Amino acid sequence: MRNNYMILFRKEVSSFFNSPVAYITLLVFLLINAWFAMSTFFLINESDLRVLFSVVPIVYLFFVPAITMSLIAKEKNTGTMEFITTLPFSDGDIIVAKFLAALTLVGAALAFTLVHFFTLLMIGNNIDIGALLSGYLGLLLVGAAYTAIGTFGSTITDNQITAFLISFMIIFILFILDKILIFVPGFLGSIFQFLSIDYHLNNISRGVIDSRNLVYFGSLIAFFLLASVRILEMRKWR
Amino acid sequence: MIEIRNLVKHYGDVKAVEDVSFSVKNGEILGFLGPNGAGKTTTLKVITGYLSPTSGNVFVDDLNVLDDSMEIRRMIGYLPEMNPLYHDMQVYDFLEFVARAREIDKNHFRSRLNDVIELCGLKGVVHKNINELSKGYCQRTGLAQAIIHDPKILILDEPTSGLDPNQIAEIRRLIRNLGKEKTVIISSHILQEMQATADRMIIINKGEIVANGTVDELMSDFKGKTRLTLELKNATEESVRKVQSFQDSILLTQYEVKGDSVTAVLEYPNEVDPREEIFRYAVKNKWTILEMSRHKTSLEEVFRTLTIEGGNNAK
Repeated sequence: MRNNYMILFRKEVSSFFNSPVAYITLLVFLLINAWFAMSTFFLINESDLRVLFSVVPIVYLFFVPAITMSLIAKEKNTGTMEFITTLPFSDGDIIVAKFLAALTLVGAALAFTLVHFFTLLMIGNNIDIGALLSGYLGLLLVGAAYTAIGTFGSTITDNQITAFLISFMIIFILFILDKILIFVPGFLGSIFQFLSIDYHLNNISRGVIDSRNLVYFGSLIAFFLLASVRILEMRKWR
Repeated sequence: MIEIRNLVKHYGDVKAVEDVSFSVKNGEILGFLGPNGAGKTTTLKVITGYLSPTSGNVFVDDLNVLDDSMEIRRMIGYLPEMNPLYHDMQVYDFLEFVARAREIDKNHFRSRLNDVIELCGLKGVVHKNINELSKGYCQRTGLAQAIIHDPKILILDEPTSGLDPNQIAEIRRLIRNLGKEKTVIISSHILQEMQATADRMIIINKGEIVANGTVDELMSDFKGKTRLTLELKNATEESVRKVQSFQDSILLTQYEVKGDSVTAVLEYPNEVDPREEIFRYAVKNKWTILEMSRHKTSLEEVFRTLTIEGGNNAK
């Protein structure tokens, strides 16, 4: 049994690393994170990475859509979409493989920030390793959710800039939801809070891995990937 | 065997294909002909599973595109219009990707790769980036991609567009060779191309089939007929239209040029010669004949009559 995902995944990942754009985005991502995380690291003088964990989701806001904007939009724009969708791949294969490829890049970027984690291990004391690991898990889940949204944004247009902006906007709305709670009436408040990414991330970052938070991220990813597949299929019935 | 049954495809309000039915026998090279925007590409896109039909269906052997698209795609090699390629990939990597997608195993890939390189003349560019290739080599890469899995059915959408005459001749020869063992559907808006390669032609116009047959059959419908083009001064479209026939000739089309002259195209069997009578008729009506030219029907002519706008598509 061949593996459709693997074939498409390999093509995607190698096309990422064939272009200088991936390296530049990666470098910018790491520099910005390092700057914010480390400039106050010694001032705070605490053995944790709280600053890093709060900065990464914000940098993701730009970084992830930049990675995902080309996924589908570029193929639509250059016409290769017709080529790839007439190979024996289902639309679902294509979306999932592309999502996983982009997530690999996002994950790789995150893995590079482990440098700060190891620095802390060497110089800090009384380190709560469990909290650090669950913090990383949280960042990975957020990265995956953003990547799914980015995949969706790239599916609904054939223009990469538009894809970037749409993904950015959806992510931004989900990101800001629990920061505007004071402006919304009480009954909406709890809904907004539950929908917001930060609320679930904070729970996980605190070291509490609750199934509710995992289900939230899981369903967010599933929703946007399914929506992407549906939109890709719509070309058939225009 | 491919069978297209009552295929209809609308894009919103635009009717791209209107009730098209035809079939292609195994081992046949079918030329799919029509002016730009006639619905050729749309029909091919439905066969390859890129689009779904609004109604109707396409059958390949016992399978149909609505239920068994995946199986059908495995049997087809497809060169889409405009030949989209991944320009950031090397020819080798690209073909390897396609081979994997086409379920060619690693050991077999080597020999298939050598075959298509030989067949498509890709030697020397295998390790080049696709964006460095000339248009001709891009086209060959597209063709290589379509035949690497040795498909039963080959669908080529305008495979020679944008190539120079030498390259066209070469691609044509290649298609002829492939057509010996494969079923080929090749679309084009260029007639000569089809005349040289296709066993049978289907001419489509405005989403409907207007002719279907071998080159000889299409010609024989028009054979033995002569065309007469007339340019008449002082005549009006109205008055010319009234002249439905001189002897056995038929008025095919007439249109006004610059207000005071009318061009009319007549057709008549070779045995008769109505020119004298036409002259007298013109004199009687005080028309001045600016031009009267005769030509034997060519395939080009057949195509133009069938697809030109405003023509009284008699056949």
